[in-house]
Amino acid sequence: MAVTVPRPRLNWRERLYLPAIVAGLAITFKHFKNMLLGRTKVTMQYPEQKWDSSLPDHYRGAPALVRDEDGRVRCVACQLCEFICPPRAIKIISGEIPSADRFAKVEKFPEAFDIDMIRCIFCGMCEEVCPEQAIFLRKDYAITGFTRADMVHHKEKLLEIGGVMHGVVLKWNEKK
Amino acid sequence: MDFFFIITSLLKIVGILFVVILPMVSYAVYAERRVSAFIQDRLGPNRVGPAGLFQPIADMFKLLLKEDFTPRAANTFYYWLAPCLAVMPAIITIAVVPFGSTLFGVPMVIADVNVGILFVFAIASLGVYGIVIGGWASNSKYPFLGGIRSSAQMLSYELSLGLAVVPVFMVVGNLRLTSVVLYQIGHGWFIAPFVGDWMNPWKWLLAVPMLISFFVFMIAVFAETNRLPFDLPEAEQELAGGYNTEYSSMKFALYFLGEYAAMITGSAVIVTLFFGGWHFPGIPDGSHGWIFGLINIAVFFTKVAAVIFVFMWVRWTLPRFRYDQLMRLGWLFFFEIALVNIFLVAAILPYSSRL
Amino acid sequence: MSEPNTPMFNVQIDGVWHQFPKGTRVIEACEQAGSYVPRYCYHKKLSSPGNCRMCLIEMGFPRLGPDRKPELGAGGKPIINWIPRPQISCAQDVSEGMAVRTNSPLVKECQRGVMEFLLINHPLDCPICDQAGECRLQEFSVDFGNSKSRFLENKVKKPKNIVLGPRVTLDDERCILCSRCIRFCQEIAHDDVLGFVDRGSYTVLTAHPGKRLEDNYSLNTVDICPVGALTSTDFRFKMRVWFLKETKSICTSCATGCNTIIGTREDVIYRQTPRENDHVNSCWMCDYGRLNFKFLEAENRLLELQIRSNGKLVAADWPAAIAQAALQLKQVTANEIAIVASGRMTNEELWLTSQLAKSLGVQMIDIVPRREPGDDILLSEDRNPNTNGARLVLGSTSEPGAKLMAIAEAVKSGQIKALVMLKENTMHLGISVEQLAQLPVFIVMNILSNEATEKATVVLPACGFAEKHGSMINGKGRLQRLNRAVRPPGKARDDWEILRDLLQAVGGGDSLSSIDDVFRRISETIPHFAGLTLSKIGDLGVHILEMEELPPTHPSDEKAIEQAVAIQARRRAVGQQVHEARKALGVAID
Repeated sequence: MAVTVPRPRLNWRERLYLPAIVAGLAITFKHFKNMLLGRTKVTMQYPEQKWDSSLPDHYRGAPALVRDEDGRVRCVACQLCEFICPPRAIKIISGEIPSADRFAKVEKFPEAFDIDMIRCIFCGMCEEVCPEQAIFLRKDYAITGFTRADMVHHKEKLLEIGGVMHGVVLKWNEKK
Repeated sequence: MDFFFIITSLLKIVGILFVVILPMVSYAVYAERRVSAFIQDRLGPNRVGPAGLFQPIADMFKLLLKEDFTPRAANTFYYWLAPCLAVMPAIITIAVVPFGSTLFGVPMVIADVNVGILFVFAIASLGVYGIVIGGWASNSKYPFLGGIRSSAQMLSYELSLGLAVVPVFMVVGNLRLTSVVLYQIGHGWFIAPFVGDWMNPWKWLLAVPMLISFFVFMIAVFAETNRLPFDLPEAEQELAGGYNTEYSSMKFALYFLGEYAAMITGSAVIVTLFFGGWHFPGIPDGSHGWIFGLINIAVFFTKVAAVIFVFMWVRWTLPRFRYDQLMRLGWLFFFEIALVNIFLVAAILPYSSRL
Repeated sequence: MSEPNTPMFNVQIDGVWHQFPKGTRVIEACEQAGSYVPRYCYHKKLSSPGNCRMCLIEMGFPRLGPDRKPELGAGGKPIINWIPRPQISCAQDVSEGMAVRTNSPLVKECQRGVMEFLLINHPLDCPICDQAGECRLQEFSVDFGNSKSRFLENKVKKPKNIVLGPRVTLDDERCILCSRCIRFCQEIAHDDVLGFVDRGSYTVLTAHPGKRLEDNYSLNTVDICPVGALTSTDFRFKMRVWFLKETKSICTSCATGCNTIIGTREDVIYRQTPRENDHVNSCWMCDYGRLNFKFLEAENRLLELQIRSNGKLVAADWPAAIAQAALQLKQVTANEIAIVASGRMTNEELWLTSQLAKSLGVQMIDIVPRREPGDDILLSEDRNPNTNGARLVLGSTSEPGAKLMAIAEAVKSGQIKALVMLKENTMHLGISVEQLAQLPVFIVMNILSNEATEKATVVLPACGFAEKHGSMINGKGRLQRLNRAVRPPGKARDDWEILRDLLQAVGGGDSLSSIDDVFRRISETIPHFAGLTLSKIGDLGVHILEMEELPPTHPSDEKAIEQAVAIQARRRAVGQQVHEARKALGVAID
């Protein structure tokens, strides 16, 4: 059943509409004038001004792989990030660490670790799910490339962005 | 004499078209974007060149380099013709508008015909064909609806447009636009009589119908140029761009060109009819030296720019009308007001014969 | 499951009375009643040592009055006398009036405690452990354990990454000493190679000195290992199990037709695991069949269609190749054509082959028999998975393989001008490559390329077992279903479609648009299949043939279990003697 919404009854001034139009024009002109006089604060002019210094600690930029103080790539290719990644941006091929290696105890490492930055949505699920504290979202946000292939971050690139992470749990060392 | 006339006319045409109107059109687009940005507390285009002043040039290159796409189902001939039809009338109209006094003894009007205002109406109303044909030839539903809306809207407001200016010519007694300017130099601008002989009380009485005339005419020009709040033919939200939906590249740009050119000529006519044309109190005409002739031209286009600003200001203030509201406003309000206004002026005129 | 006149017992489980036949394990009874009891060492096909203590429950029996009759409480139900200590549910059968609590506070406390003990020395290396995702330790830790460890001391170090055999790798730190693998080797594989050494926290699983875990059933220990201690060397670090798409299918490496689950990801097969079917393979399968899927990704896989043109093989598309094959077949008379099909083809494909032979009038049609030594566990002597299907469907009057030598002789003598080879290598027939090159028409449909395919006039790339639907009849006469796990690579196409198109090109085989249509035609024409459809076969198959061949020994042979229990008892006795001897000598016990 149709419901008739009661319309408000307008007096003659309101019915004339002109005062409302003039008021509207006054408002827009005020904004125009303030802008012209530089009184309005506008947005940051991005390429010249950057907000790098004011990025919060929890900022979610490009995901990256980190090494720990021992220089070990922390990732052990458990592929949980690959599993959790909502846009399926991560692709991992795992390999076995040779027994002569210094970190042979860890047994497994990522032979290939690709993150397709065209797909990545910077959600941070990979960082959250990582049981090894190996993947972190860094503050890099200007991810650019000329081709689709350029936009795939391979393991080397990811480690380069990630650098060394201090203060993470060293669960593979020999103490435990 | 004839030879001199042809040369000066050609010079005037080329000068006004390529030096004034077309740059003005491109910069009107730029101005539109900047004004809208400022009204909305943004910055607008400020990247290309100083303060973004080369933006129109960049836009032009962009549009030229875009794919010029013709839909398979479109009627190719009319599809190509329509953008030209949209842009031509707007530019032709400027021919009869006096944009200055004289320069080196040459009157600064391309064609000083004695049916000036009729010429303006006759040509300006052709502009609707560009839109209607474009909308039909695209063979697509949104452009089609845009075209239909445009024709109905233009027809409706043509009426108020014509009737609104009748009082002006009743006072002037001549359809020549230069005469309208000369009259205002002598007796004060039509909407601001204090500029001339402000002592005459009849003159002030006449200003009332003139103001009505001005507002009706101004609003009708809004409608004629498809500007907000009357931009129903190209309502983005409902019609995905209206009549120009299927157009791309330079053909699309021509539609824009036409719209802004129409706005400029509309503003020029408004300035001529109500704001004293190239006249500004205290500045003599071109017969006192070429520098004054140039200043007169500058005054005219400054006034035009001011009116264009009002166009933009209104556009970024008011929301769009609903179609029935638009029609009711045109037929039941402005039409009557313009008609009554004529009688009002006719009633005042006999007593103000001393003007 | 039970004999018809087995006595039924009333058992109260979590306050509700149920009836179970005599001989039901309490743990099974609880599961059937809907109360899952966690377990590590218990496996329903193995004996119950009761050494993991995870399946602790509270148990009670009716209170008996002076007249030795149960006392009835309010509501006419017997009053239960609960045993004050928890009991293991895996080593006890149900009895009349028994009562069980599976989620009382005591039981929960016990489960938490057991979980905590099991995890004390566990390395918690789930990120690199292949079992992660299907690990009982993970699952029960979430369901029954604590979220935090209270263990502060150093964990015991144990050997890691030990090669137990050619196919199994052991990580002793992860082992929870459930002994499932040891019992499997004793009771099912009859190859007693595994055992525990050392004591207490230092107990480790290892192979007996000088022995390796290398029998043909070794990978089943990986399946039954509830944690990641035993891992498949082949599957090691290849793919995490949670990515695998599981497709129910059957193994096609011998006539047993073990039920399997094929684990795939993005059209790559990563592993095959056995699927429980008590009529066929219990819970097991042999390593040979399990790992026999690599050929689907072999280097010499046929991916392109080829037609011989001016003496050279050139690429073609399907319509052209089918038309070419049909044209070539029509150029020779029926007596000059021979069709060699394969016992590895499905019933549907064999039926289409028989139709093809019928429509061409071909008499020379047979399959290649494949016999190799089997064992008395699962592996059959007949390595063709569908010999019985060929027997029923192919329409040959003789036994499968009987005509094959005649065909070979006819090819050699030049009597046969056109040879159609379906999924077989001509080398099995003893026909040389030179003789094949002489054949005017030699149509090959196969998965892999070989010397014979290079001499073919038309090469049709076909599908392997994991790439197609269909049905097969195993050695015991059970009709089972294959399911498609991956898409065929390259231009390879489903075999039945190729045969259908070929059949239509030579005239016939109309209105066959899906494999179900083919099966329907089979069920209409062959009485054994009457009333069946592909979907009616179900995941576990249907018995349609009474075979004379005796089924292989049932894997969960009661005798074998008894023997194994005896072995264990003997070992314990020896251990006890050593212990007592030490005690008598006054040697400190650790």
